[in-house]
Amino acid sequence: MSRPMLLRGGRVVDPSQGLDGPADVLIEEEVIAAVGPALQGPDGAEIVDVSGLVLSPGLIDLHVHLREPGGEHKETIATGAAAAAAGGFTAVCAMPNTTPVNDTRAITEMMLARAREAGGPRLHPIAAATRGSKGEQLTEMAELREAGAIGISDDGRCVMNAAVMRRALEYARTFDLLFSQHCEDHHMTKDAQMHEGEIATQLGLTGWPREAEDIIVARDLILAETTGARYHVAHMSSFGAVRLIREAKSRGLRVSAEVTPHHLLFTDEALLGYDTYCKVNPPLREIEDRESLREALADGTIDCIATDHAPHTDLEKDCEFEAASVGINGLESAIGSMFQLVRDGVLKPLRFVEVLSTAPARLIPDFEGGSLREGRAADITLLDPETRWILDKEALRSKSHNTPMLDRELTGRPVMTIVAGKVVHEL
Amino acid sequence: MNQPRPEVALGKDLVGLEGLSRETITGILDTAEPFKEISERAIKKVPVLRGKTIVNLFFEPSTRTRISFEFAEKRLGADTVNISSSGSSVMKGETLVDTARNLEAMRIDMVVIRHASSGAARFLADRIPSNVINGGDGQHEHPTQALLDMLTLRDRLGRIEGLKVCIVGDIVHSRVARSNIFGLRALGAEVAVCGPRSLIPYGIEELGVETFYHIEDAIEWADALNILRLQLERMQTGFIPSLREYNRVFGVTRARLEKAPRDTVILHPGPMNRGVEIDSAVADGPQSVILPQVTNGVAVRMAVLYLLAGGVFGGAEAAKQESA
Repeated sequence: MSRPMLLRGGRVVDPSQGLDGPADVLIEEEVIAAVGPALQGPDGAEIVDVSGLVLSPGLIDLHVHLREPGGEHKETIATGAAAAAAGGFTAVCAMPNTTPVNDTRAITEMMLARAREAGGPRLHPIAAATRGSKGEQLTEMAELREAGAIGISDDGRCVMNAAVMRRALEYARTFDLLFSQHCEDHHMTKDAQMHEGEIATQLGLTGWPREAEDIIVARDLILAETTGARYHVAHMSSFGAVRLIREAKSRGLRVSAEVTPHHLLFTDEALLGYDTYCKVNPPLREIEDRESLREALADGTIDCIATDHAPHTDLEKDCEFEAASVGINGLESAIGSMFQLVRDGVLKPLRFVEVLSTAPARLIPDFEGGSLREGRAADITLLDPETRWILDKEALRSKSHNTPMLDRELTGRPVMTIVAGKVVHEL
Repeated sequence: MNQPRPEVALGKDLVGLEGLSRETITGILDTAEPFKEISERAIKKVPVLRGKTIVNLFFEPSTRTRISFEFAEKRLGADTVNISSSGSSVMKGETLVDTARNLEAMRIDMVVIRHASSGAARFLADRIPSNVINGGDGQHEHPTQALLDMLTLRDRLGRIEGLKVCIVGDIVHSRVARSNIFGLRALGAEVAVCGPRSLIPYGIEELGVETFYHIEDAIEWADALNILRLQLERMQTGFIPSLREYNRVFGVTRARLEKAPRDTVILHPGPMNRGVEIDSAVADGPQSVILPQVTNGVAVRMAVLYLLAGGVFGGAEAAKQESA
C-alpha cells in the first residue's frame, strides 16, 4: 500500500476535462483520487509543493525505437525507459524493427518483462504487421494483441503490396489494433538520402520525393475507407499528406496521424554541411511542409506529436553521409523543443497537452492514462514552462545522443514524471 | 571554409568550388599558367613540393584523375603514395576516419580523396590537419575537373565572362556538372544544362542555370558544350530507355553541330562513350578540346597543390625559378 501524495499549488492542464487553471491533485492507490481547489490530503499524505509548475496527464509517445532486442549498443529498454521518464513520458509505444523483428508473442512478452524490471514508464509494444516485416505474410495479430501489443506496423518498411495491406487492415480491425504505417513508396526512394529539392541538388544527394509519401497515404486512405480499420500515418512529413488526411477526416474516416518534433522544427536546410544528425526518414522537408504540419497539428488534422526516438551510436553517425544511419534521438528534447510552439502561439496550452497526452491516449486501445479524471491511473507529468536549460550530452539518460538539439538552449522542461502514483523521474 | 586569408591564397582544403570567389578561382587558373610549361620540358620536374608527402586515396576506380594528380605531384617533386579501395584496409571495414588517421600517423602533408559518398571530402577535411583535395565526392563536386575545364575554355576563347556554356547529359548524377556550375557562374559565364527531364535534377534552376530539353536548342544557344559521360548503368536503373535512343535524341553529332551558328567548343571530362553521348567525328574534330583538357588537368592540379602548400597567387613563377 503506497502513501497518498498531494500535489499542491500547480496549474492543472487537462484537455480530457477542459481544465486549465490552479488546482491540487491527490493520488491514492495508484489512481487519481481528487482534483480540485485547496484539497486536504488524508493523514500521512506526502505533500508536494508544485507551485509554478504545469501539471498534466502523463505524456505518451506513440513512436519510439528502444532497440532491444538486437540493438542494445544503441539503447536498451531500461535506458530508453529512463530517457522517456526524463522526457516527461509516462507511456511509450515501441516499434517492432528490432533484431529479430517483434513479430511473435515471445518477443512482445520479453519486451514487456524488461519494461517491468526497468520500472519506469508504461511500455506498449507495436508489433509487426507482417512476418519479419517483409510485407508478405500477416503476423499472428490476435496472439500479439493478447500478449500486449496495442498496434501493428512494419515501421521503416512500408507495406508495398496493396493486397497484403488490405488484408492486414481487415485482420487488424478484427482485433481492434491500430495500424501505424511508415508511408514510403520504396520504389521511389532507392538510395535516397534526403528530401528531394534544391538543397539535395546542391549537395549531390539522392532525393526522397514527397510523392513517395503521398502516394502511399492516398492508397491507404482508400483501403482504410473500404476496411473501416484504425489507420494511422506515422511521422507525417509532407504537405500533400496533410491535405489527404484533412480531406479524409472531413468525410469522417477513422484515421489519425502523428508528426515528430524535428519535422515541426527543421527543414532540409539543416542538411547543409552534411549534418548526419539531421539525416532522418522521412526526411526533413521544406518550409511549406513545416508550416503545413504546424497548422495541421493546431487544427486537429494531425492528432499528436510522436518523437520517433531513434538512438544511434557515434560510430553510426560520425561517418560519410551516405553511410550514416537514419534517425534522431528524441525523447529527452521533445518537451524543451516543442514548448516553443506554445510560446510562438502555434499551440494553445490545452492543445499542447492534448497532442502529447490525451490524443495519443485515445489511439491506444484500452489505455488507462491520458486523463486526470478521478479513478484514472495516476500517470502525471509536471513541467516547468519557464526554465531555460541546455541539452547536455553527458546528462542524457539515453544510451545515445544523436540529436541536432544537442547543446542548444531549450525553454520548458519536465521536472517530475509519475507513473501509477510512483515518481519515476524527478529533476 | 576555403575563404582565402591574406597570407594564403587557398584555405586548408579544396573540397569544392561552391562559395569560392571570382578572385580565388581566377587566381588558381592564373597560377596554373606557369606550371603548364613544366610538362613540356625534357626533364619534367621542379622541386616546389620537395619533401612533401601526398597520399592519393581513391575509394572509387579512376584512371585519368588519379594519374593526373600523380603526375602533378611528381612533377612538383612530392613523394606520393596511391591507395585504392581494393587491396587496402578499406576492404577490411576500416572507417574513413581511421584510414585517414593512420595515414596522418605516418606524417603526411596532403590527401587527395575520391569517394563515392557526397560530402566525403569535407568530412575528411574537418577531421584531419592535412590539406585535403577533393578528387570527386559522390554526386557532389569535382573541383579540379571544373578548374581544368575553365582553364581550357579560357585558353581557347580568351575569356570566361559572358560565355554561354551548356553541360549536356546526366546532370542528376554528375559532380562535374555541379562544380562547373559553381565555378563558371562565379566567373560570370552563363550556364545551362541539357538532357532528358529524367536526368535533370529538381531545383537545378535555383543554382542559376537555364535548362534545355532539346540538344538542338542547346547547340543553338551555346558557345561551348561540356558533354558528360553517360554512365551505362542509367539504362538498367530506368533513367533512360536505351543508349540507342539517347544517342538518337541527345547525342552530339557532326550533323547537329554543323547547324550551330558559331564554332561551338566541345569539352568532355572523359572517359567517352563514343557513339553514345558524342560521335567520334565530334570528339576528334577541330572544335574538340578534349585532349587539351587532359593536358591542362596536370597544370591545374599543380597549381592547387602549390597553393594549398602555402603558395601565393602570382608566386608560382618565382617558386619555379627559386627551386630550380
